[in-house]
Amino acid sequence: MNIYIEKENKQLELDKECTGLELLKELKINPTTVLLVNNNEVVLPEEKLSKDSNIKILSVVSGG
Amino acid sequence: MKCHKCDQKAVYKNQGLLLCKNHFLDYFEAKVFKTIKKYKMFSNEDTVCIAASGGKDSLAVLYMTSQYCKKYNINHFALAIDEGIAGYRDHTIEDLKEFCERYDIRLEIISFKEKFGSTLDQVREKALKEYNKKPCTVCGILRRTYLNRYALKLNATKLVTGHNLDDESQSFLMNTLLGNMRHNASLGPITGLTTNDKFVPRVKPLYFISEQETRLFCLLKEFKVDFTECPNIGLSFRANVRDQLNEIENKFPGAKNGMVNAFLEILPTLKEKYKETKPFSYCEKCGEPCTGKVCNACLLEEQLVVRKI
Repeated sequence: MNIYIEKENKQLELDKECTGLELLKELKINPTTVLLVNNNEVVLPEEKLSKDSNIKILSVVSGG
Repeated sequence: MKCHKCDQKAVYKNQGLLLCKNHFLDYFEAKVFKTIKKYKMFSNEDTVCIAASGGKDSLAVLYMTSQYCKKYNINHFALAIDEGIAGYRDHTIEDLKEFCERYDIRLEIISFKEKFGSTLDQVREKALKEYNKKPCTVCGILRRTYLNRYALKLNATKLVTGHNLDDESQSFLMNTLLGNMRHNASLGPITGLTTNDKFVPRVKPLYFISEQETRLFCLLKEFKVDFTECPNIGLSFRANVRDQLNEIENKFPGAKNGMVNAFLEILPTLKEKYKETKPFSYCEKCGEPCTGKVCNACLLEEQLVVRKI
């Protein structure tokens, strides 16, 4: 799956299937601080993500 | 996972509640309107000034307050403070201008450069090196002062801010860690300990809304928001407390909400204990209410501005 982490402006690829929560755990990202978007649709972290998912991890934290 | 109210796919989950896009937007509006009504934040006798920065909280509160004011025929306008933080505020101000045009909201912009004589970027180093003042301290004092000063000049009777559940739980914890219960007494959905003709009362319609809910709302409404972090945030005590609280929220979902509701139970006692009984003193320079001879904003001007325009 393709992953874009907004806060770090970082792109990466993972060859696996997992839930959003498992992905965030692997990336050491607190799920309360982000929203997940899969193929331009908001998804809950509990949902399964397939190998061909295009994931955006959007930060919810205030600017200042 | 399906929405609890219809067959659509859920985009929001909060302690067992699952909502689709449309039901989440309804829930968000109902929650904000309920807060405005419960705390009698403003009525059609008010002129409401909405503090706006162009960030997600400010756009959400601006949109919701404007919707509420249009529904109940209440005078309102947006007021933005441009601190002069390159690569950050210049972007958000542009987004804000577009937004206000799109939703037909009157917008007033006040800049540090014009009113204070320097941008925040220009005084940042001097404040830190010579006066040990972090940029967030300088920015906070000046923003608070200018919002009040220009809201008053523009005849506002209420000042709406985008403070949310995260901000409030952070402020409560920061004040508590510092042992400063007087500052906690000034928090709450309607801020301040006393009334004065020179203070515009501040109200927080997003008081029970989390940052995650606000970002989801902005995303689903397709608001154009710049999500760049302020470059100065890394230096602040608040950023540290924010990260710790987010860790707690992850381990104990609902913790921030619980903390703010617990705080609201003790708030009347705090307000009573710390209510101002002494007559106000006024700043020798600008004439606004303050605790010393000169207010913090005028003091900063004296210390930091090389050439006042």
